[in-house]
Amino acid sequence: MAQERIFGTGAQRREETELPEPGAPAPSAAQAQARTSTGSADDLLAEIDGVLESNAEEFVKGFVQKGGQ
Amino acid sequence: MTVRRVMGAETEYGVLATGNPHANATVLSTQVVTTYAALVRRRLGASRSAADWDYHGETPLEDARGFTVPREQADPTQLTDVAPVLTAEEVAAEALRESGLWAESMDWAQVVMNTVLPNGARLYVDHSHPEYSSPEVTTPRDAVLWDAAGDRVALDAVRAVAASAASTGLDVVNLYKNNTDNKSVSYGAHENYLVPRTVPFDRLATALLPFFASRQVMCGAGRVGLGPRGQRPGFQLSQRADFFEREIGLETTVHRPIVNTRDEPHAERGRHRRLHVIIGDANLSHTAGLLKFGTTSLVLGLVEAGAAPDLGLADPVAALQAISHDPSLRTTVPLRDGRELTGIQLQRLYLEAARAHEEAGGGPDPQTREVLELWGEVLDALETDPLSLADRLDWVAKYALLRGYRERDGLAWDDPRLTLVDLQYADVRPEKGLYHRLVAGGRMRTLFDAEEIERAAGTPPADTRAWFRGHLVSRFPDDVLTANWDSVSVALPGVRRGARIAMPEPLDLTRDDVGPLVGSAPDAEHLVRALAGARPALVHTGSLG
Repeated sequence: MAQERIFGTGAQRREETELPEPGAPAPSAAQAQARTSTGSADDLLAEIDGVLESNAEEFVKGFVQKGGQ
Repeated sequence: MTVRRVMGAETEYGVLATGNPHANATVLSTQVVTTYAALVRRRLGASRSAADWDYHGETPLEDARGFTVPREQADPTQLTDVAPVLTAEEVAAEALRESGLWAESMDWAQVVMNTVLPNGARLYVDHSHPEYSSPEVTTPRDAVLWDAAGDRVALDAVRAVAASAASTGLDVVNLYKNNTDNKSVSYGAHENYLVPRTVPFDRLATALLPFFASRQVMCGAGRVGLGPRGQRPGFQLSQRADFFEREIGLETTVHRPIVNTRDEPHAERGRHRRLHVIIGDANLSHTAGLLKFGTTSLVLGLVEAGAAPDLGLADPVAALQAISHDPSLRTTVPLRDGRELTGIQLQRLYLEAARAHEEAGGGPDPQTREVLELWGEVLDALETDPLSLADRLDWVAKYALLRGYRERDGLAWDDPRLTLVDLQYADVRPEKGLYHRLVAGGRMRTLFDAEEIERAAGTPPADTRAWFRGHLVSRFPDDVLTANWDSVSVALPGVRRGARIAMPEPLDLTRDDVGPLVGSAPDAEHLVRALAGARPALVHTGSLG
């Protein structure tokens, strides 16, 4: 929830309760700016949708690396 | 004090065979390096195969604390001073099992696992990743530029492999500038900085531990998943934080330390120490990169001047991970003196010390001023409006994208689409890589445009010995037998073993030093003779007149 608090209101999930609680809520400026740019954010996501690999689960599972330095 | 010093970057790319997730990573990496080496040789009109790497001068078991680890006690992956464990023939033989066409498409004598590029960089197979080690540069801006040039090299290699895939039957290979597969494996993006040998290593380590634990608030590349396997859902600042277990040590592949002690100066050992930094994330954002190289160089300057703040952390490894795991940036970590500070507060104390030292020293040069101002500006924004940095920092840009998906589609942190966004942010191809899509859409600020980066992929920096190395390789590609950071060997007609040119000083053999001499030499022999006349101490050959 720490993340949602500073970056706006995303879907609330059980696992986020494990994150450390911040001391104070985020400045409202961040949220205000996030809201005003919602339109272009949607355009961006639509563009990204078009280039994302099609089968996310399979791709993520197949991204296997060997160790490095 | 200044941000200027000799520095460089090393990037290991994640390597993936599209459509064949179980392909051998060493084979794929060899395919990438060999293909790019061939591309360069064609551009240069060279006839012979690429110059070999000269492992003389590699000392991975020398520890900066003043001892040498016995070879039998070292992890096999630490032995980077010998040619890779697999020989080229073994790699080719292994590939043969996977692709019956390899034998026809690949001349075994032409398999390249290690090559020097015309921009003075090294491109090679490091264990199971292709690695680009940038040429030596003297400023943080140049470090960012020639690191980005490596991404361009990676892109050209990927495109060349794809173009030949139909005729060779080999895998199509893609590269990712990230640091983990979220399945327990990590690979590095190292930095290195030249420091006078007179600076005691323990003073460096003391000042760097709290700095490295906290600089990720600016320089982290962002990661979906917590823990080495990404086993806990969530988002964190750093790709690398969860793979570090110790404060100080020599290892780089196991039990990774925040401060690495590898003492491999690649230069005159009596004068120089090359600090080998393994904690950093691979950055795509130019701003994050500038801050990474710039602020680290300034902190090293503070240590050299005896002016570093005393910020000993109670538990640096725990602090590194606690700071990384809290993108709200509010987590505090305990110091040994009882204070509790956030990552931003730790960074501010280094910034204040650097500013105070600059003012006492008569004011910064322009590049130093740029880094100091950016450092302050970014810390302010992280405190008041972190999302405003989505056009400048990797972790914030990535977080903003992920947040968009979570809000629009209601995705949980363990949804594979979010991990895909994380991975694809680092895809080196401009048409697929999400960082590159943000740049193309004007949503990410850059310091260098595509043309400047492409030029740096083929041209060395002018003000270090990389200028000489790069020009030697591009002007006389058939005459350079072997090369490494501090020497090159050149074939000479009638001279057995040719000539070895020593380059013990990183700031020697620059364009100013030897530009006319290299430019006027009609062939390698004339160059060696001219250099032997001008700088006899650097040229070693038995029978040159």
